[in-house]
Amino acid sequence: MKTLFKHAALATMIGLSTPGLASLAYVSNEKDNTLSVIDTETQDVIETIDVGQRPRGILLSKDYTKLYICASDDDTVQVLDLATRKIVDTLPSGEDPEQFSLHPNNKHLYIANEDDAIVTVVDVETKDVLAQIDVGIEPEGMAVSPNGKWAVNTSETTSMLHWINTETFEIEKNIVVGQRPRHVEFTRDSKIAWASAEIGGTVHIIDVDNLEQIHEMSFKVSGVNQDRVQPVGIELTSDGKYAFVALGPSNHVAVVDAQTYEVLDYLLVGARVWQLDLDKDEKHLYTTNGVSGDVSVIDVEDLKVIKSIKVGRYPWGVVIDPTS
Amino acid sequence: MPRYQLMRLLGLTALLWLSLVLSVQAAPLQLTIGYIQWIPDTGPVLSNVIPEPEDAGLRGAELAIADNSTTGKFLGQTYSLQSKVADSGEAAIAAFDTMHQSGIELFVVNAPAATLKTITEKAGANTLIFNAGAKDDALRTGQCRANLLHTIPSYAMLTDALGQWLNQRRWDEVFLITGPTEADKGWADAFRRSAKRFGLEIVEDKPWTFDADLRRTASRELPLFTQASDYDAVVVADVRGDFGEYVPYNTWLPRPVVGTQGMSPVTWHRVVESWGAAQLQNRFRELAGRNMNSEDYAAWAAIRAIGTAVTDLKSAEPAEIRNFLFSDKFQLAAFKGRKLTFRDWNGQLRQPIPLVHPRGLVARAPFEGFLHPNTQMDTLGFDRPESECRING
Repeated sequence: MKTLFKHAALATMIGLSTPGLASLAYVSNEKDNTLSVIDTETQDVIETIDVGQRPRGILLSKDYTKLYICASDDDTVQVLDLATRKIVDTLPSGEDPEQFSLHPNNKHLYIANEDDAIVTVVDVETKDVLAQIDVGIEPEGMAVSPNGKWAVNTSETTSMLHWINTETFEIEKNIVVGQRPRHVEFTRDSKIAWASAEIGGTVHIIDVDNLEQIHEMSFKVSGVNQDRVQPVGIELTSDGKYAFVALGPSNHVAVVDAQTYEVLDYLLVGARVWQLDLDKDEKHLYTTNGVSGDVSVIDVEDLKVIKSIKVGRYPWGVVIDPTS
Repeated sequence: MPRYQLMRLLGLTALLWLSLVLSVQAAPLQLTIGYIQWIPDTGPVLSNVIPEPEDAGLRGAELAIADNSTTGKFLGQTYSLQSKVADSGEAAIAAFDTMHQSGIELFVVNAPAATLKTITEKAGANTLIFNAGAKDDALRTGQCRANLLHTIPSYAMLTDALGQWLNQRRWDEVFLITGPTEADKGWADAFRRSAKRFGLEIVEDKPWTFDADLRRTASRELPLFTQASDYDAVVVADVRGDFGEYVPYNTWLPRPVVGTQGMSPVTWHRVVESWGAAQLQNRFRELAGRNMNSEDYAAWAAIRAIGTAVTDLKSAEPAEIRNFLFSDKFQLAAFKGRKLTFRDWNGQLRQPIPLVHPRGLVARAPFEGFLHPNTQMDTLGFDRPESECRING
């Protein structure tokens, strides 16, 4: 009887989790060693997948068949097959991988190794380590420009953006920004890069052609102490209209006019908002809230928070598979 | 002149000119920071089960030099440390004299207040001293010097953190035990002030006078010593760790023990791991082979503050560094979840204070609800109106 019940439950689970029904969001839970899978139609968690220790950065392969997971405390990058939702492989990553970014060629994975002050470049097909590049202390944010020309790494304690030439794997420029830079996001045309500085409380707008800062923004959330306004994750809409900036322990997401850099609104979400991602038609924005252990869903048209979804402990990263 | 020689000469001139241009662009900068440590022997202690590391402070300074150098290599800046762990106050002052005469103008000092004051006075206006050891409140309330900054929190900052915590737990009746040393009295005085600030009542205020070896008698002596009709917590002021470790579980009433032992307000502790602190802890352990403590953190913060200023200024002039550290542009990212800045009236580094027990983090002050018009962090320690110091006019 017990076995029968188990089988039935399993069957239901499999039925529920059959990919292809709706667009799915994947959330890494840093202190639960799991991924939560959210159905973006129903906005419910449909499955929780066991992964390696301290999962943080996650990203999708360019063909949307795999999810790469930084299992920081296992010193490895895990590869999850999205069709079966099983870990099928691991990649050499260097020590303590935190964030990473995949080159548009779908092969070169740039990994920030926080404890070692290096960026490791791995070929995901051959598993060869192509390069290890010395950067500043506590490399964190990692982004490759959509045109594939630049890989940018932020080093938190050095407070720099390191611009790595993706052909030579050499640093060509270092730009000093605010204290504790965390994240870089490129516009679709690769012309502008947005970089957040957590302790500096700033977002820096970089002109990619000239590799120079053209604007610096700061934030003010009413009723929140200024030193708790700490920008981390950034997400840009593809129409160039909005930038969303997660402001960490201020528990707010800033809505920014991506053309004028004017802050339009601050939206209250869960506690310590960290990373964010748009769903496939860019109608909803999902944010991970580390301390409250949930994901907030923002309606992009109305700029309103419409739901919070309970996930695991300390949700860190979120990516939405647009093809599922 | 043969033609090849002329060519070589021209080439050499071009090279010289080129290197001159390059050097102007990269502006290479070599900076040596002095570190002076003198920790007086605290005498034999009873509860000396786990000794304190003798290089506390020094290793933090070394880590910060490495951190600064990693950043500096992208900017053509190199940092080095000249350090002296002295065995007397005189030796510490002599080491300062030697380093100062050799041209060092930035110092981190981990020594008692008297030694620190002598060094600060000898240093003169164009030399900056960072205090990474002396917690005495007097250094922040009346005996301030324009060239002296503090990265170690004062006793008042620590006890205010504890006072806020006791207040928000509503454990407001406390039994205070104070050891015999000057440091114990300094800590206890600071706590009495905190008690007044945060509405705590000290129902018993007893000096520790026993000289028995508590390893044999703790379970017999302490219950009697802590007899009182009622209290919510026992507060221990035993800075050197003479008897305090024996107080928990040996009190007359079943009550928690807080203060210098039990749950303690500290500058830093191995259990702090949020806000990226895990990375700092790992880096430190790799360097020193032990956990990072409060003195290590204070020395690290001082040299990182210098590094942050030099990165921005591209200059190592003490006067310029000092101006920068007190300007709106300075903020230290120091793994405490907030940007740290210096109080402009007394040179104290503002910072959250973790409250820890030996194996875990309990809470972090300041707490919500304790309000301040400028920054909540100024609810910890002597605020501007309470200090006579005005080192920036």
